[in-house]
Amino acid sequence: MKHTLVARVQDQPGVLNRVASLFRRRAFNIESLTVGHSEVPDFSRMTIVVDTARVPARLVEENLRKLVPIAEVRDVTDLPTVDRDLALIKVRCAANERAEIAQLAEIFRGKIVDVAQDSVIVEVTGDSEKVDGLVELLKPRGIQEMVRTGKVAMLRGTAASQN
Amino acid sequence: MQMTGAQILWESLVREGTDVVFGYPGGAILPAYDAMLDFPMIHHVLVRHEQGAAHMADGYARASGKVGVAVATSGPGATNLTTGIANAMLDSVPTVFITGQVSSHLIGSDAFQETDVTGITLPITKHNSIVTKASDVARSIREAFAIARHGRPGPVLVDICKDAQQGKTDFVWPETLNLPGLHATPVPSAKELERAAELIARAERPLILAGHGVLKSGATQALLAFAEKTGTPVALTLLGLGGFPASHPLSLGMMGMHGEAFVNAAIQRADLLLAFGMRFDDRVTGNLKTYALTAKKIHVEIDASEVGKNVAVDVALLGDLRATLEALTPIVAPAKHDAWQREIGEGRAQTKARDILHQPDGGNLYAAHVIHDLWEATRGEAIVVSDVGQHQMFEAQYYAHERPRTLITSGGLGTMGFALPAAIGAKMARPEAEVWVVAGDGGFQMTQCELATLQQEKLDIKIAVVNNGFLGMVRQWQEFFYDKRYAATPMLSPDFVKLAEAYGIAAHRVTKRDEVLPTVDVARKSGQPALIDFRVVKEEAVYPMVPAGANLDAMIRRPANEEVTA
Repeated sequence: MKHTLVARVQDQPGVLNRVASLFRRRAFNIESLTVGHSEVPDFSRMTIVVDTARVPARLVEENLRKLVPIAEVRDVTDLPTVDRDLALIKVRCAANERAEIAQLAEIFRGKIVDVAQDSVIVEVTGDSEKVDGLVELLKPRGIQEMVRTGKVAMLRGTAASQN
Repeated sequence: MQMTGAQILWESLVREGTDVVFGYPGGAILPAYDAMLDFPMIHHVLVRHEQGAAHMADGYARASGKVGVAVATSGPGATNLTTGIANAMLDSVPTVFITGQVSSHLIGSDAFQETDVTGITLPITKHNSIVTKASDVARSIREAFAIARHGRPGPVLVDICKDAQQGKTDFVWPETLNLPGLHATPVPSAKELERAAELIARAERPLILAGHGVLKSGATQALLAFAEKTGTPVALTLLGLGGFPASHPLSLGMMGMHGEAFVNAAIQRADLLLAFGMRFDDRVTGNLKTYALTAKKIHVEIDASEVGKNVAVDVALLGDLRATLEALTPIVAPAKHDAWQREIGEGRAQTKARDILHQPDGGNLYAAHVIHDLWEATRGEAIVVSDVGQHQMFEAQYYAHERPRTLITSGGLGTMGFALPAAIGAKMARPEAEVWVVAGDGGFQMTQCELATLQQEKLDIKIAVVNNGFLGMVRQWQEFFYDKRYAATPMLSPDFVKLAEAYGIAAHRVTKRDEVLPTVDVARKSGQPALIDFRVVKEEAVYPMVPAGANLDAMIRRPANEEVTA
């Protein structure tokens, strides 16, 4: 099972290293980890997806909470959230196939953002399942390169992901 | 007022209540050492190796309950601290380590004696930080002490660049802390306490498992009150010894790998385990799959990440142990568990029959007898600082501790070489106390250089070397599990008497049981440091023993009628 944890962390050198070191030391399994600025200056926000086959999510959460620069952690797995993952997919594409790929991408609300002689880059944003769906469809055409940001998540409505 | 970063360092330490630091100077920490001379209220203990400084800070903290402080230079100075830092981490000892670092503009250039100290110590500290400018020194020290003391205590390292020590800035003591990640200590809800009280009321065979948390939270009295009101027997972890008086009728002594067989049997038979400030370490549980299957479990713990880590519990009371017990005791029903106590008592009687104390010595000197006699001579009132190995387990079994902070030992990390430096730290913290080092011949040699520190500080510490010519505990494992193939365990030692004398320390050798008490007596009455080389039986085993990973009640017992031979 995968759990999504959202953390508010003090923006200081080495904080990502601390999180990574914790996961390595305790043999927790990171599926994805994203970091970026939050609405508060000096605080970053992390979205961490962990595989909890071996260790319960609660223990991952409590261990994260012990890191001094981590101000808040919340497991949002079972809460209503907006989840987004962004992918850039470079797919083999002859000139006469571009329209077809553009159409496919369109269905997933993606778009072609770069065109070369024999390939295009498709950008798609959505929850992980949606991105997975497009990736599966593009695979037979020959994906040359792909990068995904990993999941970011935010609680829906007025509830704050952290309090 | 304008001050250098180095002056601010000492001013900050004074403000945090530091009166002694253990350290070793070197290039990158020289500005701090220079400034130290202007702060005579802080006494500096010059160690012989930085590992010793770390263990001294650790021993100081355990003996006093205050934060222990050690100082070292960059590079090798800092890396030498690491064993001691890891030791403080595993045993949750509030300590602050200050290391010099190369000047900030040299960082990353592989400058002389540059090491990534915050990187190296990241997984073995509660927190660490690097200071690159003088104006950050005060805040970093203030935060380090706050973090070291907070919740479950632990080591914090502050790595201070040389230019940050030299730079001048206005001294501003931060009155408030900006540490949003330091959460308030949790307090169990009334509902959770009620639920615990219900389980306690229903229990017929309850057992308290008390650990280091009893000492850390100052919960000795609270534990006593709870145990007496509920008539619940108390078993202790190694680090919990002293947390409950050994002579109390409800005291069972130590549990676990070398705990008494009747204690482990009681854990396996209990219908309720009350885990107070302990973490179900593998050395106390044995095989988790068969551990205490008939018992409900209540876990009182300050560190939420320990709850459910090794053993699933029915009720978790997150909070300070003392405060939690003080809230819980008034709402539990008074009880007596006579049948349960009788059952445990029968096991205890059987254990006594096998005890080496009740067997003749055949003219040999047994480590267990040495410890017993030391206990008798000191009336159980000394601070004993033990090293790691067989003598440590004999100490735990035969030195009955009545009061908290009278046993100082390396539990989680099992660091050989801990005892002598930790004892120096303990003696600095409690100069009025009688302090005994109990160490094996192997561990003692790891840090024996600190005998010079002991002499330089004129400390009246007594040292018992339990000398069997082997790395005894490893030899025991080889005897039991490796077909007596003694790979690298027979050990040549120096003449410890002559060694001590070379440092100007009075020394004695004991080879027979009847010499133990008189020699200990001479050492105690001398008013000077002393070392006693106890030449004990070479191949003695610590019984009983739960083999690593075995079921807790599947213990290797001392043969009932063991031939007592050398």
